[in-house]
Amino acid sequence: MTAVRPARSARRIAGIGAGTLRHVVLLAGAGLMIAPFLYMIAISFTPNSYVLTTPPQFIPENPTLDNYAQALDAQDIPRYFLNSLLVAVVSTVLSVLLSSMMAYAFARFRFPGREVIFRILLVGLMIPAVMLLIPQFVLAKHLGLLDSLGGLVVFYVAGSLALNTFLLRGFLEQTPAELDEAMQMDGANAWTRYWRLALPLAKPGLATATIFTFLACWDEFAWALTIINDPDSRTLPVAIRLLAGQGNNAVQWGVVFAASVMAVVPVIVVFLVFQRYFVQGLVSGAVKG
Amino acid sequence: MSISTLAAGAAADAAAPAPRPRIRRRRPSVTPYLFLFPGFVLFVVTVVYPIVQAVQMSLYDWRIIGSATSEFLGLDNYARALGDEHFWLSFGNTAFYLVATIPPQIVLGLLIALLLHARSPIRPLLRVLYYLPVVTSWVVVSLLFRFLFADQGLINWALGSTGLTGGDTSWLGDRWTGMLAISALGVWKGIGWSMMIFLAALQGVPQPLMEAATVDGANAWQRFRAVTLPAIRAAMAFVTVMLVIGAFNVFISVYLMTGGGPAGRTDVLLTYMYRLAFGDLEFGYGSAIAVILTLIVLVLSLAQLRLFRDRDGVAR
Repeated sequence: MTAVRPARSARRIAGIGAGTLRHVVLLAGAGLMIAPFLYMIAISFTPNSYVLTTPPQFIPENPTLDNYAQALDAQDIPRYFLNSLLVAVVSTVLSVLLSSMMAYAFARFRFPGREVIFRILLVGLMIPAVMLLIPQFVLAKHLGLLDSLGGLVVFYVAGSLALNTFLLRGFLEQTPAELDEAMQMDGANAWTRYWRLALPLAKPGLATATIFTFLACWDEFAWALTIINDPDSRTLPVAIRLLAGQGNNAVQWGVVFAASVMAVVPVIVVFLVFQRYFVQGLVSGAVKG
Repeated sequence: MSISTLAAGAAADAAAPAPRPRIRRRRPSVTPYLFLFPGFVLFVVTVVYPIVQAVQMSLYDWRIIGSATSEFLGLDNYARALGDEHFWLSFGNTAFYLVATIPPQIVLGLLIALLLHARSPIRPLLRVLYYLPVVTSWVVVSLLFRFLFADQGLINWALGSTGLTGGDTSWLGDRWTGMLAISALGVWKGIGWSMMIFLAALQGVPQPLMEAATVDGANAWQRFRAVTLPAIRAAMAFVTVMLVIGAFNVFISVYLMTGGGPAGRTDVLLTYMYRLAFGDLEFGYGSAIAVILTLIVLVLSLAQLRLFRDRDGVAR
C-alpha cells in the first residue's frame, strides 16, 4: 500500500510512479462518487420527453429551466422549503439549548441521581429511532401533535437530545473549571456562568451539534411521512417523495430532480463552509450521517 | 438560593464512583436539577415512555381506533413472528443487506483512507468528493438510484452497451436484483463515512514504529498488518458496530426504491414493520417486530464490542 511516503531518494522514481497510480485510483473513485450527482443535475435541466432516452444525455441537448419553473410554481416547493427550514431551525435551537443545559449540569455539578440520569440518557442513545415510530405515533396522537409542524419539532428535539448532551458534555468538561469557580467567587449565579462562560468556551462543540442537528432535521423522512397528511405541513423530503410517486413511467424525473437539487444545495453549502466541525463531530464519535 | 442538607451531600458522595478531580465537590443544590429539568422531562415523556410502551404494546392486540379495547395476548405476537414466513423473508433481506454492504464499506473506506492519508495537493478536494454522498439526504439519493436502476436507466444502458449484460435487467422488479441495487446505494452512500473515521484513526498510527519496520525490511503489506491495523483497531470496532446498527435500520432506501415490492419480496424488517403498523394498523404485532429488532441490535453491538476488546487484550 502506498500510504507511507516513499520519500527516500533511492526509491524516488518508484515513489513518483506509485504517487501517480494512487492519484489515478483516487480520482476514479471520486468520479464514481459524484457521477450520480452530475447526472441528477443534468436531468434537472432536461425536457421531460428526453429523460430516460437511449443513449442517455449527460449534457442536455435542449437544456430547459421548465423543471425548475414547475417545481417552484406548480409544485409549491418554496412552501415546503420554508416548512423544512422553520422546523429545522426551531428544532436545532431548542435541542442545542436544552442539551447544553443538561451537559452543563453533568460537567460542572455533582448531585444525587447524576449517574442514574446519565445512564437513562445512554439507553435512549442505544435505541434505534425507527423502533419508537409506533409508540411515538400513539403518543403524538394523544397529545394532538399529528399533522402539525409542532409535532415534528417536539420529536426532532427529543430525538437529538441524548446525542447532543453527550457531545457537549465532552466539550464542556475540557474547559477549565477554574474560570467557573472564579466567576462564582465574584457572585455570578449558575445561569450567568453557563450563558456567559460555558457556552462561549464550548463554541466548537455548539457548532458541531448545531450542524448535525440541523442536517438531521432537514433530511428527516420517516417521522414526517408518518404524522403529516395535511399538504400545507409537508416538509421537503415528503414533498419530493410524493413528486416521485410509485411507478416509474409517469414520473416527471426532471421536476423531481429540480426539487432535489434545491433541497441538496443548501446542505452542500453548509457542509463546505463548516467542514472542520463535521470532522470534529465524526471523530468525537457516535455520529453517523 | 441553594437548599442543602448534610445527608444529601453524603448520598451524592456515595453515588459518585470515582470523583474526577476537575469537578470540585459542591454542596448539593437544586441548581443542577433546574438545568436538567426541561430537557430531561421532554426526554422521559417522548423517548423513555415510548420505549416502555413499545414493549407493552407488543403484548397486546393493540387497537388505535376509537374506543375499541386492546386484548392482552402475552407473547403471542412474538410467537406469531417466529412462525411468520414474511417476517423471515424480511429478516433474510436485512441479513443480505448487512452482508452485502458492510464488508465493502470497511474495505473500500479503509483503502481510500490509506490512499488519502499521504500528502497530496488535491487531498482536501478528494475528501469532500468522497464525503458528499454522506451528507446528502437519503430521500434524494434513494430516488436518484431508483432512477439509475430503472428498466431504461443508466445502469442498464451502461451494462448493455459494454456487453456485460443484455441491458434488460429489471433490477427493481425482482427480489435479489432489487436487494443488490439497494445495497449498491448503501455502499455508495456509506464509504465516505467509514473513510472519514479511518482517516482520523490513521493519524494515531505511530510513525517511529512505521519507520523502524521499514528499516527492518518489512514490505507495505507487512507494515499494514503489523503496525497500521493494530493501531486502528478501536476505529475498526466502532465502524463495524455502527454499520451493523445502520444496516438493521435500513428503511428509507427500500421504501423509496422498491417500496418493498414486488409483492413484498424486497421487504426488510423495518419496511415490513411500517406496513404492518401504518398500513394494516397491526400496532401490537408491529411493536413486537420493533422490539425483536432492537434486541438483535443491542446483543450484536455488545458482542462485537466484546470481541474486539478481547482480541485487543486490553480492557477499555
